[in-house]
Amino acid sequence: MTSSNLHMYVMASPLVAALIVNLLGRFSRRSIPWLVIGSLVVALGGALAVLAAVIDHGPLRYTVGNWTPPYGIELVVDHLSGMMLVLITLVALIASFSSLKSVEQELPGEEHFFFTLYLILIAGLCGLVMTGDAFNLYVLLEITSITSYGLIAMGRGRAPLSSFNYIIMGSIGACFYLLGVGYMYILTGTLNMADIARILPNLNAPVATATALGFLMVGLWIKMAFFPLHGWLPNAYSHAPTGAGTMAAPLMTKVTVYLMVRIILSMYTPEHIYASAAVKSGIVWAAAVAIICGSILAFGQKDLRRMLTYIIVAEVGYMVGGIFLGNANGLTGAILHIINDALMTLCLFLVVAAIIYRQGTVALVSLQGLFYRMPLTMAAFTIGAFAMIGVPPTCGFFSKWYLILGGVEAGHWEFVIALVVSSLINAVLFFRIIELAYFGALVDGEHHEHAASERHEASFWLLKPLMVTAVLLIVVGLGTGVLIDNLISLVIPAGF
Amino acid sequence: MEQIVQEIVAKYNYWVYVILMMIGFYAMIGKRNLVKKLLGMNIFQTAIILFFVSTGVKKGGRIPIVDKYSGLAGTIDPNTIDNPLPHVLMLTAIVVGVSVTGVALAVLQRIYREYGTLEENEILEKVRR
Repeated sequence: MTSSNLHMYVMASPLVAALIVNLLGRFSRRSIPWLVIGSLVVALGGALAVLAAVIDHGPLRYTVGNWTPPYGIELVVDHLSGMMLVLITLVALIASFSSLKSVEQELPGEEHFFFTLYLILIAGLCGLVMTGDAFNLYVLLEITSITSYGLIAMGRGRAPLSSFNYIIMGSIGACFYLLGVGYMYILTGTLNMADIARILPNLNAPVATATALGFLMVGLWIKMAFFPLHGWLPNAYSHAPTGAGTMAAPLMTKVTVYLMVRIILSMYTPEHIYASAAVKSGIVWAAAVAIICGSILAFGQKDLRRMLTYIIVAEVGYMVGGIFLGNANGLTGAILHIINDALMTLCLFLVVAAIIYRQGTVALVSLQGLFYRMPLTMAAFTIGAFAMIGVPPTCGFFSKWYLILGGVEAGHWEFVIALVVSSLINAVLFFRIIELAYFGALVDGEHHEHAASERHEASFWLLKPLMVTAVLLIVVGLGTGVLIDNLISLVIPAGF
Repeated sequence: MEQIVQEIVAKYNYWVYVILMMIGFYAMIGKRNLVKKLLGMNIFQTAIILFFVSTGVKKGGRIPIVDKYSGLAGTIDPNTIDNPLPHVLMLTAIVVGVSVTGVALAVLQRIYREYGTLEENEILEKVRR
C-alpha cells in the first residue's frame, strides 16, 4: 500500500482538459492544440513516473475515496498496467499531433467537440488498465465505447451508419460482459478482482464458473473484433474521421486484449482457464482461422485504410491465440504483441493520415508514384510494413518469434502455420503497395511525370510524429530483451 | 415433466430474463428498421437489469434501510434485508444504457438526414448506387 496518487493524475489530466477544451475551444481555436498536447504530455510524464515507481517498489494499490476493498473500488497498477499506461499515453500523444492537423482540415469549426470526446476516450482507456474492480471495468468500457461511437459518427458519408452498427454490436458485447460479472457476483459475492481470485479456487462450482468466464470472454471478443465477431470494425475505422482512426485503431482493440489478459491472470487462475483442453485448443483453432481469414479479406481490399482494418482483425487473432496456447512463450508473445501491434498500427495509420491530408484518398490506384511525391512518408511506411511482415530489426519480428515458439511448444501446428501464412500474405500485400508507389509513375508514362517529380510532403505536424513512430518501431525491436526481462516476465504467473 | 415445471417455477426470474433477452436479441438481429434495432437493444439491457435486481431479493427480506447505530453494532441479521448492491450497480447500468440510447438516437438523426429513411435495406440500396 502506498500513499502515492500520481496515477490518478494520469487519468485526470486528459479528463479535466476535455472539459476545458469544450468550454475554451469555442472562443479560441488556437488554445486547443496547447490544451490537448499539454494534458497528454502531463499524462505521459505521470505514466512514466508510475512505471518507474512500480519497477522500484513493486505493484501499487490505491483505494478511491478511502472505501477499503473489497467494498470500495480499487485501482491496481502492476507491471503490466504500468506498461499499458505508458503505451496508451505515448500513442495518444503521438497521434494527437496528426489528429490536430487532419481535424482542422476535415471538420473545420468542430474541433472542440472532437477533442472533448478524444480526451475523454483517452482518460477512459487509462482508467480501464488501472481498475481492479470488475464492475468498474464495465463502466469504463462503456465510457470508451460511447466516446468512440461519437468520434466515428463525426465522419462523412457512411460514417453514421457504421457507427450505428458499432453501437449495436458494442452494446451486445458490453451486455454479455455485464452478464458474466453478474454470474461472478452471484458465485462469489464480490466484485473486486483480487477478492474474486481469493474466493474462486475454494468454490466447487465448475459449470457456473465456466459459464461466467464464457460470458466475459464473448463480451470482450465482440469488443476486440475477434474474427467471426469482427463485423463492425472495418467499416467503423475506415469511415471514421482520419484523426479518430489514427488514435482509436491502435488503442481500442489492444486495450481490450489487455483486459482479457487481466481477467485471465487476476480473476481466474491458469488452472481454471486451461482446465479443459478441448476449449483451449478450440480457441487456438478459432484464432488460427481468424488470422487466415483476416489476411485473406485484407487481400481483397482496394483501399489502403480498409486493408489495414482487416489486418487489425488478423492481428487480434495472433494475440488471442497466443494467450490461449497456455505456455509462457505464448503469453509473452501475446503481451509483447500488444505493444508492438499498437505501435505498428499507429505508424501505418499516421501514413494514411498524411496521404489523406495531401491527396484526400488512399485508394490503392491513387498511390502510384508516391515515393517521389512523399519520400519520407513512404520510407516510414516501408518500416511499418516490414514490422507488420516481421522483418528482423523491427519489433514485429520478436513478438511473432515468441508466438511461433509458443505454438511449437504447445504442439498447435495450425497456429504456427497460420502465423507463417499470414506473414507471407502481409509481405505480398505490402510489397504490392511499395511496388505501386515506387515504380507506378514510371510505368504510367508522360502524363504523370510532371506531377510525380514534384516533392509534396505533408506538413510538419503530420510528418514528425510519423518519423518518431518509425524510429520507435526499431528501438522497441532492439530493446525487446530489456522489455521482457524487466516487465513482461514479472507478469507471467509462476505456474506456467 | 413435473420436475421440469418445478424447475421453471422455482427459478422463474431467470426464465423471464432469458425470454426478454431473446426478444431483444431477435429485434437487434432480425428487424430491418434501425429504430426497432435500437429498441431491441434497450429490451436486451433491461433483461440484464432485471436479472441483476432479482438476484438481490431474499425470502422475507426487508427494504435495506437500517438504523445506523444498530447497523454499526452488528445486531442486524443480514438474512432479513435484501441485498442492495445489485440495485446500486444497476443504477449505474441504467445510466450507461440511457447514454448509449442517446448517442444512438443522435446517430439515427444523422442517418435520416443523409438517406431520408431508417429502413436498412433502403439505405443499403442507396449506399450501393
